[in-house]
Amino acid sequence: MSAHELKTGPLEYRTQEGQMSIMGFWIFLAAEIVLFSTLFATYAVLFGRTVDAPTPGHLFEPGIVLVMTFLLLTSSFTCGIAVHQMRKGSVKALIIWMVITLALGAGFLGFEIYEFVHYVHEGATMQSSAFWSAFFTLTGTHGLHVTLGIGWAVLLLIQIAKRGLTPVTSRKMFIISLYWHFLDVVWIFIFTSVYLIGMVV
Amino acid sequence: MRLDEFFVTGEPLIYAGMVSIALVTSAALFLLTYFKKWGWLWREWLTTVDHKKIGIMYILAALAMLFRGGVDALMMRVQLAFPDMNFLDAQHYDEIFTTHGTVMIIFMAMPFLIGLMNIIVPLQIGARDFAFPYVNALSFWSFMFGAMLFNISFVIGGSPDAGWTSYTPLAGAAMSPGPGQNFYLLGLQLSGIGTLATGINLMVTILKMRAPGMKLFQMPIFTWSTLVTCFIIVFAFPILTVALALMTIDRIFGSQFFTLTGEGLPMMWANLFWMWGHPEVYIVILPAFGIFSEVIATFAKKRLFGYNAMVWSMILIAGLSFLVWVHHFFTMGAGAFVNSVFSISTMLIAVPTGVKIFNWLATLYKAKIKFSVAMMWALAFIPSFVIGGVTGVMLGMAAADYQFHNSYFLVAHFHYVLIAGTVFACFAGLVFWYPKMFGHKLNERLGKWSFWFFVIGFHVCFFPQYFLGLDGMPRRIFITNIAEWLPLNIISTVGAFGMGAGFAIFVFNIYYSYRYSEREKTGDSWDGRTLEWATPTPVPYYNFATVPYVDKYDAFLAMKEKGETTYDEERLEPIHMPSYTGQPFIMMGFLFIASFALVFEWIPLAILGLAGGLIMMIVRSFDYDEGYYVEVDEIKRIERKARGL
Repeated sequence: MSAHELKTGPLEYRTQEGQMSIMGFWIFLAAEIVLFSTLFATYAVLFGRTVDAPTPGHLFEPGIVLVMTFLLLTSSFTCGIAVHQMRKGSVKALIIWMVITLALGAGFLGFEIYEFVHYVHEGATMQSSAFWSAFFTLTGTHGLHVTLGIGWAVLLLIQIAKRGLTPVTSRKMFIISLYWHFLDVVWIFIFTSVYLIGMVV
Repeated sequence: MRLDEFFVTGEPLIYAGMVSIALVTSAALFLLTYFKKWGWLWREWLTTVDHKKIGIMYILAALAMLFRGGVDALMMRVQLAFPDMNFLDAQHYDEIFTTHGTVMIIFMAMPFLIGLMNIIVPLQIGARDFAFPYVNALSFWSFMFGAMLFNISFVIGGSPDAGWTSYTPLAGAAMSPGPGQNFYLLGLQLSGIGTLATGINLMVTILKMRAPGMKLFQMPIFTWSTLVTCFIIVFAFPILTVALALMTIDRIFGSQFFTLTGEGLPMMWANLFWMWGHPEVYIVILPAFGIFSEVIATFAKKRLFGYNAMVWSMILIAGLSFLVWVHHFFTMGAGAFVNSVFSISTMLIAVPTGVKIFNWLATLYKAKIKFSVAMMWALAFIPSFVIGGVTGVMLGMAAADYQFHNSYFLVAHFHYVLIAGTVFACFAGLVFWYPKMFGHKLNERLGKWSFWFFVIGFHVCFFPQYFLGLDGMPRRIFITNIAEWLPLNIISTVGAFGMGAGFAIFVFNIYYSYRYSEREKTGDSWDGRTLEWATPTPVPYYNFATVPYVDKYDAFLAMKEKGETTYDEERLEPIHMPSYTGQPFIMMGFLFIASFALVFEWIPLAILGLAGGLIMMIVRSFDYDEGYYVEVDEIKRIERKARGL
């Protein structure tokens, strides 16, 4: 390990630690892709196995899911702006855009929880059938990731507020932005292959 | 929950187990207190982030697990030796074959190899530690706590009894109530976190921390095998994570993934399990190939034949390993087309594996072979593994598999590949790198005794099992009252005890060599070819005072020719090292509590444990410890002492 610091380039890439952490996180994301792929495959295999519980076509509604999609996609955009502000060295703008990002993420979560409660009231629970077990596990795992991401980002914003932009804090910020965009990508697959297909079948 | 439900009762063997656990634990506590070693234990081991120490802990734990799994095996063989034996009852037998398989694969083979990778890979590539030393400690403690969780099941709560594959619906809540199966799920989940983290960690280490000049195709072959293995880990372990999580949710929260009610699909477990499980067997065999390649090249005193082909065959095997999982359940009835596809992909694996076998033989061809103990393990591996591989191809033929399936033919096959492959490699690797780890060699004479006992015992034990399988003996039965099976079962049991004797001699050799072996004077114990032998023995905690420039395969050989060392006083600079920390131990301790509580479905305690783990992560996030520098004078002092300058 060397502590040599480059003088140019994005702050997060200037130390070898920074480069290695970012590469490690990319590999971690590859593992996350496998994790979600397995959940998607499970969902696909168990599709339609609803027994006496309501079918997805009966419960899924375009309105709320579109709002959720809009919130999360926008949050990915604002997260991108936050990283852009970080590259420009503006701590204040970075924090503002990240707070907006997290607020959008929290909004997404709120709708998701509302949606889950609604389904449970309609009789579609984790225990009701194989299909709903798979549905709640897949979307719930994504929701859990968003929740953890919000908590993690809050911790990080405290550190950035305290320490400003250093190779370490900007590396952490860059990594969480990767994570956040990744969750967005997963959501796009959930939106299309779970909700859109679920509505028409 | 009443106390007699919490502890396992009514079984004399388990009472004996409890007594021995109590005795060993109190002896350890007494010794640590008596010799005032608690501080030493905490400062030097529990808080270490040094890859060499973590590797040693991995190997010690794996040896303990090998003992535990081996005792399980001997108990099974005793029960099977004669018709109508009453040594174990059906329940106990089921528990023992389950824990034997799980312990040997998850808590013996993988940690043993990961331990060797820990110690050797950074040394082979000229690195001073892992890319993420903190994460490395985290990985170790997650493995250790996972292994502990799984192992206490036999005295607390009861062991899992649905086989190491834990097929549903048998392993589901309806047919396996109680904590037993939960121990399996959470023990594997907890240690799985560590395996995935190690995979990422080693991959970054190998990709980013190689000595200047060292290209990928100049890396030592063991490092290559580690890199390929890490790819498999990263792409296979999340599948296990999900499979275990789904079954846990099924059992604890009543979902319907693998159940017979609610339109669940029990066979989906088999699919998910083997989509991880088949790559998993390559996770434990590819590093073994790497070890044998190093050992064979060193003791044949020749460059490894067909290095490039060796690397590419490993990459091919890794790719194919993801495409064969259905061959574990041809009899599920997926249909002729599906079975044919997986039959062909299975047999294809024999091609790159064959390439490797021929390359080893070609390395040995016309070589002046030095028959040291490590080399003997490697030489015994080749023919034994070929027997296992060829019978594997037989099993891979879907139509024939309908006959072999679930019989002792299969049991013999996978023990031939896993023992002759992985276990021989663990022994070979440990003997080979032992001087680098502990500063003295293992006694060769005792090593040969243990080798012959183990290898002959192995063949005597498992070769007859092929024929038991052909005679129709199914696996996982505990009564063998068919006259034709009797002689072969007795022979097999005798062989098992031969292996036990070999292992006992091996362990005794560790003690004997610690007392009597000559201490190593140079770092180069075997006239080595790769960079780990360029370091002095014992290896300084920063590994390399100066990192050599590498532009050849067999880098140390080239250095020796040029008279270079890893200590160039002109080029000394302060070395940056990570600080030791107790956080990984504490974090995983909390997750252990959470997992233990989940096993018994005590949800509030589980939440508390999880919260503790999260708090430790927050502590870590705010921890800006940047390590420290080893000053040049300190390096000079250490190196001069180690090199006798």
